[in-house]
Amino acid sequence: MSTIVLLIVTGLGLGALYFLVAAGLSLIWGLMRVLNFAHGAFFTVAAYTGFFAAAALAGTSPWVGWFASLVAGTFVGAVFATLTEIALIRPLYRRPVGQVLVTVGLALATLALVEGAFGADPRQVTVPPWMAATTSMLGAAIPNTRFVVIVLAALVLFGLLFFLRRTRYGLIVRAGVENRDMVSALGIDVQRAFTLVFAIGGAAAGLAGVLAATYYGTIDPGRGTAMLISAFIVVVIGGLGSIAGSALAAVLVGLLQQFLNFYAAAGVGDFAVVLLLAVVLLVRPGGLLGGKSA
Amino acid sequence: MRFALLAALALLVLLFPFIHVTVPGLFEGPLDSAGTLNLLGLCFVFGALALTYDIVFGYTGLLSFGHALYFAVGVYVTAIALARWHWSLPAALVLTAVVAVLLPLALGAICLRVRDIPFAMVTLAFAEAGSILVLQNPFGLTGGEEGLALGGGVLPAALVGVSNTAHLYWIAAGLLAATSLIGWWAVGSPLGRVWQAIRENERRVTALGLNPYLYKLASFVLSGFLAACAGVAYLLLQGGANPQVTTSSFTLVLLVMVVLGGVGTLWGAVLGGIVYEYLDFRLVEFSNVPALQALPGVLRVPLSEPLFILGVLFIVLVLFLPQGLGGLVRSAGARSER
Repeated sequence: MSTIVLLIVTGLGLGALYFLVAAGLSLIWGLMRVLNFAHGAFFTVAAYTGFFAAAALAGTSPWVGWFASLVAGTFVGAVFATLTEIALIRPLYRRPVGQVLVTVGLALATLALVEGAFGADPRQVTVPPWMAATTSMLGAAIPNTRFVVIVLAALVLFGLLFFLRRTRYGLIVRAGVENRDMVSALGIDVQRAFTLVFAIGGAAAGLAGVLAATYYGTIDPGRGTAMLISAFIVVVIGGLGSIAGSALAAVLVGLLQQFLNFYAAAGVGDFAVVLLLAVVLLVRPGGLLGGKSA
Repeated sequence: MRFALLAALALLVLLFPFIHVTVPGLFEGPLDSAGTLNLLGLCFVFGALALTYDIVFGYTGLLSFGHALYFAVGVYVTAIALARWHWSLPAALVLTAVVAVLLPLALGAICLRVRDIPFAMVTLAFAEAGSILVLQNPFGLTGGEEGLALGGGVLPAALVGVSNTAHLYWIAAGLLAATSLIGWWAVGSPLGRVWQAIRENERRVTALGLNPYLYKLASFVLSGFLAACAGVAYLLLQGGANPQVTTSSFTLVLLVMVVLGGVGTLWGAVLGGIVYEYLDFRLVEFSNVPALQALPGVLRVPLSEPLFILGVLFIVLVLFLPQGLGGLVRSAGARSER
């Protein structure tokens, strides 16, 4: 029983990280039809920014350092994404494949740069002592980081849903996902919505980068790519452009991965996720919640 | 005229192992040294691989992110049959050929149910599954992260050892020639014309009464099979398999090669593959140049990362030279004719 509880909470935590990366990907794809390979780069750069922000505040309380890394990572993710949109995506507005290609180039270059500057080996992250401790729940000793990740991802989910359903800009984004040409025909500046969506997606990916560092206790240059691929799978299973679908699929994928990796063999869970993707595509090519907006 | 030029070039390339000339700056050793021949052989393999990717991406318009998987089939299936099961080389090649047809057929049949970007994502996911499988080292077959060395006694003696590098070089050159011929024939055949029509406007192809799905699948399987052939040559040149060739980054590198050379021209893709592999190899040496090591860290670190330089070069190409190096050569040719 305690093992099952632990696996559920850990799976949810993993799903929370997937969701944070997938949410931005899904929105960007839904609105702009851009498959953003640089999303993993936002994640990685934010993770390293967070690491150095916390290191700079090493003398103070660990909580201060942790919050600083969270804020710095999220901020840098948003700025990096905004700059990417303005400098690389916008000039290629009429060439969709070109847009994908520049994000590929950016991802490769950023990864190489991070590896060159900070090395390929994982680095230990310092977290507040409370997070390294465990909480007993139904007989299972669960690391507190899992709860932190889940709560923060849930907050982001509700924040995004509020933004999309209750604000003017959210309305524009949702309308743009449905029919971009119609929105611009109505005289609304869709380009600003593009930049905004990139900034939001980058912030979420940045937050995920710092939270993943907290979750795993280490950072390394390769995790961003691994996360990106999991997030792609989540986005397709959930339905492209649907935030609620991404959240649902992220939880599903995280749980499936944890349970099978534990009960079958390491690696089986990762494999099963890809099979799940194939099954979903065969049965519902649009994804679980595809077709509905946000 | 063009044909005669091509034949002369091919003959020259075949004779490289007998030419004891040092080309300063271009290669470290003389042309007939094992190091240079190995580098050239790898360049040919990647030229051929880029061509196979161009068939599916450039000619049929399918943005597959899983092409590395089929290359890896050539590398790993052959390596496992030879080193783990101690099969003879012909038997191993037959098995590889069978897998190299069936796997792209099965996965292509699933992936092609979706289009465009979802297609890209699904192919990526399958390739990732392959990568996970190789890294997990099931039944001790793949060697996991350490890869799988062929070791002694596994291959015929003529294909082993530094003194026989010329033989491997000729295999690589032959592979490139064969792949180019097949590719050239395929894209010029009625089949290839339908591929290009699908790339331009799939709906019209359907309206003309053809089933695009079957044609796309044919393109996917042909390019997957040829990629596996390139994988076999790569295995022989390297003397072993490494998990690097299964990763998604490797597919992205392929994409860089094709775009570098020019999408939708076969010789452009070959050029891109050759130039990329050459740069990748030489930039590593460049990173150890003393003058570079003396630079301050801000300049030294980026310049000593080949992938950083290639990634930035790629972005610049996509932004300012979408036709690739091939387009540059072509427009220069058009200008000189005028």
